Amino acid sequence: MLLRQIRKKEKHMDNYKMQLTAEEQTILAGRYGKTLQKVMRSVVLYGEAFHAERLVPIAGAPHLVLSVGANILQPYFDMMDELIACGLSSSRPFTVDPRPFDLETVNPGFIAGRAMRLICSQQETYEKKMREIGLKDSNAFSCACYLPEVGNIPARGAVLAWSESSAVVYANSVLGARTNRNSSGIDLLCNILDKTPFFGLLTDDGRRASWLIEVKTSRKPNAQLLGSAIGMKVVEAVPFIAGLDAFLGKRLDSPTCAYLKDMGAACASNGAVGLYHVENLTPEAREAGRSLLIPGYGRYVIDDAELDRVMASYPVLWKNRDDEPQLAFIGCPHLSRGQIQSWQEALENALREAGQERLNLPVYLCSAPDVIAAIQKDNAAVTRLENIGAKLTPVCPMMHLSNPLCRRQVVVTNSNKLRTYSTARFFLDDDLLKIVVSGKVS
Amino acid sequence: MGKVFQGRAVLPGSCRGEALVSHAGLNILASFQRSVVLRRRKAVCADQNNPDLYEHVMTGKILCLPVTIGSTSGGLVLETAVQMGIAPLAMLFSEHIDSLAASGVILADVWIGKRIVVVDNLGAEFLNTVCTGQNVAVDENGKVEII
Repeated sequence: MLLRQIRKKEKHMDNYKMQLTAEEQTILAGRYGKTLQKVMRSVVLYGEAFHAERLVPIAGAPHLVLSVGANILQPYFDMMDELIACGLSSSRPFTVDPRPFDLETVNPGFIAGRAMRLICSQQETYEKKMREIGLKDSNAFSCACYLPEVGNIPARGAVLAWSESSAVVYANSVLGARTNRNSSGIDLLCNILDKTPFFGLLTDDGRRASWLIEVKTSRKPNAQLLGSAIGMKVVEAVPFIAGLDAFLGKRLDSPTCAYLKDMGAACASNGAVGLYHVENLTPEAREAGRSLLIPGYGRYVIDDAELDRVMASYPVLWKNRDDEPQLAFIGCPHLSRGQIQSWQEALENALREAGQERLNLPVYLCSAPDVIAAIQKDNAAVTRLENIGAKLTPVCPMMHLSNPLCRRQVVVTNSNKLRTYSTARFFLDDDLLKIVVSGKVS
Repeated sequence: MGKVFQGRAVLPGSCRGEALVSHAGLNILASFQRSVVLRRRKAVCADQNNPDLYEHVMTGKILCLPVTIGSTSGGLVLETAVQMGIAPLAMLFSEHIDSLAASGVILADVWIGKRIVVVDNLGAEFLNTVCTGQNVAVDENGKVEII
């Protein structure tokens, strides 16, 4: 019986259509041990699902999505234990998504804090495992790993095996690197092999656009709302966005990169967009222009009315629609240094106009530990923020609000990703400013 | 004999069960996260953006969908749901399987030894035909019959 099962498995292996090198076949046959065999088998099966013809070398540091030491993720931790026991690690040091809680800064109260520690009771153990597998350093926790202060910035054209939807879409679209939207688990396994299946967004054909998005708004659209509209319409296709350069210009400067970061995160979470092109702005669109569009592409016009329609379609998940908010999260994905400075100025100006000294709502500005460390070198800036009632935190607000006890909190945000994964209510920046100053939604 | 559709068996297997149909992309994280975190015995869809599935029990159903969408932790959440025994019985995709779902079901198969049946490329007509509550049978070769 056992022999029959083994033969059946071997027969299945022989059926792989992917062209593997002699070394890859040796690994797949189990000659380097069962664990490495499982790593290779997972990656090959993953490639086979997408008709990948071969594996290709990875040429950049990984970014992984899973930062949470939650008990429930035992399958992942068991896999890591097995990898570590066999001496396997990532081919390059990796960055990872933000830590799930920062109870010193964003304290949800004693009971909810205890609940968070219980839910994530493997956090320290998991971080130890990550260090053994190849975590870059103790500050490497940010979804925006490509910010200059964090420094995981892949080169144009570099093949990667990243996860974290907002990082994937940024790496592909703004940096011109090449990664599929890998999920947690397979991201790590590819980076242990230092190879990834060649399909989808790694290929020239996979990077062509099947949707032309025509932005015809009367003013610069809100990045998070625009991204949501695009993501909901094209789902997992590649959109080519025209008309946006009229508002953003033709240079990928810091404010424009921050805009594209937020738009991409909304595209990726409200849909499954892994790459977009912006006419005259993003690297491939600048080079190839509308020749990136495939024949028979769809068209989607986004004007003021369409954005209003999308905004009105969001359900309110607060228990009572008229509740007064308790806190605001800004920075999902993590804020750039420039965005923090802009929010600081905007908050101070709004307070001045209202004749107030402090915000009526705690405001948490979420950013990478390295960005926060850079800002904290300027004590005056931190003091100014604290004086008005705003705080910097490296937390992942999405993970923070996944705590069942935190879900009851009445939260406002300008993040469409956070809206999608929590009960937080989404507001445009100007409206959010008024809310945090007054403490009221109306 | 009911209407038959032929797809590609991504993870082959045979099963029979009640269809649960999503016409929009299934956001795995948004749909399963709450049930997984709360260790519920059955997964109840918590995705506010999916009116077809919102608050429906997904465990043990034959989930019929176009693709999965959303954040890239979705694959691990699906793998965890499989490990917890609260995943759908099968996932039937009208389109080509996406990278999140593929990762989740393959890792569950290889690393935990638990398989859910997965068929893709069933075509748009399949999703236009099948309705929530109908009985569906799937065979090893990716043939799907709406009974």
